Amino acid sequence: MIEISGLSKTFGSGANAFTALDNINVEIRQNEFFTLLGPSGCGKTTLLRSIAGFVDPTSGSLTIEGQDVLPLPPYARPVNTVFQNYALFPHMTVAQNIGFGLEMQDRPKAEIKQVVGEMLELVQMTAMADRMTSQISGGQQQRVALARALAPRPKVLLLDEPLSALDFKLRKEMQIELKRLQSETGITFVFVTHDQEEALTMSDRIAVMSSGRILQIGGPKDIYDHPAERFVADFIGDTNFLEATLQSVAGEVATVTLPSGKTVAARAVQGGSQSGAVTLAVRPEHAVLTRESGLLDGVLENIVYFGTDTHYHVTLDGGSAFVVRKQNQPNTGEGFETGDRVGVSFEAGVGQVLRD
Amino acid sequence: MTQASDTQATRRRWLLLSPALLILLFAASGPLLIVVLYSFLTPGDYGGVVWKFSTDAWFNVVVERDFFDDTLSFSDAHLSIFWRSVKLSLMTTLVAFIVGFPTAYFIATRPKEKRDIWMLLIMVPFWTNLLIRTFAVMEIIRNEGVVNSLLIGLGIIDQPIQMLFTEFAITLGMFYVYLPLMVLPIYAAMERFDFSLVEAAYDLYASRWRVLRRVIFPIVKPGVIAGSILVFVPSLGAYVTPRVLGGGKQLMLGNLIELQFGQGRNWPLGAALSITLLAIVMVALIVYVRAAGREEMSHG
Repeated sequence: MIEISGLSKTFGSGANAFTALDNINVEIRQNEFFTLLGPSGCGKTTLLRSIAGFVDPTSGSLTIEGQDVLPLPPYARPVNTVFQNYALFPHMTVAQNIGFGLEMQDRPKAEIKQVVGEMLELVQMTAMADRMTSQISGGQQQRVALARALAPRPKVLLLDEPLSALDFKLRKEMQIELKRLQSETGITFVFVTHDQEEALTMSDRIAVMSSGRILQIGGPKDIYDHPAERFVADFIGDTNFLEATLQSVAGEVATVTLPSGKTVAARAVQGGSQSGAVTLAVRPEHAVLTRESGLLDGVLENIVYFGTDTHYHVTLDGGSAFVVRKQNQPNTGEGFETGDRVGVSFEAGVGQVLRD
Repeated sequence: MTQASDTQATRRRWLLLSPALLILLFAASGPLLIVVLYSFLTPGDYGGVVWKFSTDAWFNVVVERDFFDDTLSFSDAHLSIFWRSVKLSLMTTLVAFIVGFPTAYFIATRPKEKRDIWMLLIMVPFWTNLLIRTFAVMEIIRNEGVVNSLLIGLGIIDQPIQMLFTEFAITLGMFYVYLPLMVLPIYAAMERFDFSLVEAAYDLYASRWRVLRRVIFPIVKPGVIAGSILVFVPSLGAYVTPRVLGGGKQLMLGNLIELQFGQGRNWPLGAALSITLLAIVMVALIVYVRAAGREEMSHG
């Protein structure tokens, strides 16, 4: 569908040069909900704008359905964008906004009217068709922006942090709405966000970006359970990092020795080292707290109650910190108290060896 | 609460309004009323007015009594001056728009810290005396001026082109003098314009021309309307520019009025012509604003 290879973008030159995109290689598939995830300044928006045609890459290639689109201006590319601030035309009604793209393509009036009607229905805005865009709420503006971008039936819909301006509840609703629209229209969505939860809940695949590079591409579960790099593990969810020694690697299984001296099986990382000092990532909810000695031992430093779960902050022997997260059940009182000596354990294959 | 405090509040409101009302009375309505009054009096022999009611002045605005046989005919001189004033003012407004719109767009799309410098460059000529600026234009277009000397020097023409003392000269002069009045309001509208709308329109298959026509222009239109009014109105009553660049041959309304109060010694006619000018301006504005508003309705 979209094939991007060796794409780079440098802003400025000489001492002020800033590399926004550094050798990006990615293939986005047909009908996919693909998310570019990363902190601000990681290059995700620049990549999106390169696909839209607003940024002219310094080098590399970008094809959509085999067609090289880099020489094309934005108005000749088969993509539409939902902008972060929506960028609705203030001098037009909701219906006129939605019909704008079709009108610019010189489609017949009857067709425009019909498609606009369908789009209004799709985003449940039929009753608002003749309102000016300044007379509708933020969530409604969001829907209009979506309908406007979907109306010309682009091959790809680009979404630039479209939910960031909405409040929490509306954002949840729109996340589900976006998923529904994507499956109903069958259009490929490329979605940009800095919100890891949004990325995990909506995406088919996620590309995690940092400093202009793509660090890892994979499904939400893949990315969450098996982060390949420290940045990915840290950026998505909470993670404990353990300094460990890699003993051996056999296929996907790595044998590591923990600071406590005990040995456990963990998941190996592709392209990582075969032995020596490595970092092991363990999710807080993948570890358990025990009264008896575990894989690691330490002192319970702090207990934080979160309603759905409780976080146990342990200071391991040797000084490093480790967090165990346990889902709360009714009437379960393990009776751990701060100051207790506790063991921390996790099953074989749960820990993830990180690439350096 | 009580009646007393209500009247007190009302009295205070009038008191606070009084400076504005006084200015309106003495600076706007008062003089205007005097002009209206004068237009219905009889001219004095050496200027001024004689306190005797007469509608002759109004009659003379459009009609002329033959000097020899007392027959009445349309005053060709006055009508052609009216027509020239309207025509040249429209031309000036149009040219100022054609030049001013891209200029304002250019400035509004510069980085923020550079915009002020560009605006300053637009404003600088405005700080110079009108007469000086008009003479500068004269210096450029007169027969021995910069343009003609250059063209002759380059061998493009043999004889200087007569530009000075033509309608072209007046239009050029007024365009130059009033251009900032067009650029300023358009720039003010452009500066508030959200350029992400341009990206949105490009993204939705609009070519550059269509982005300009369908998105930028409709949104900055209030600025264009304001600029057009600010250029058209003073052009219609312009006095110095047509006097200097028209050389007294190409009269405009302002010159005609001045003539009545000066050499013509016909103050009532001058007053009637002034009111006529005012009426033309008002009619033109109503027509213009109505037309602009109607277009907005149809385009939405």
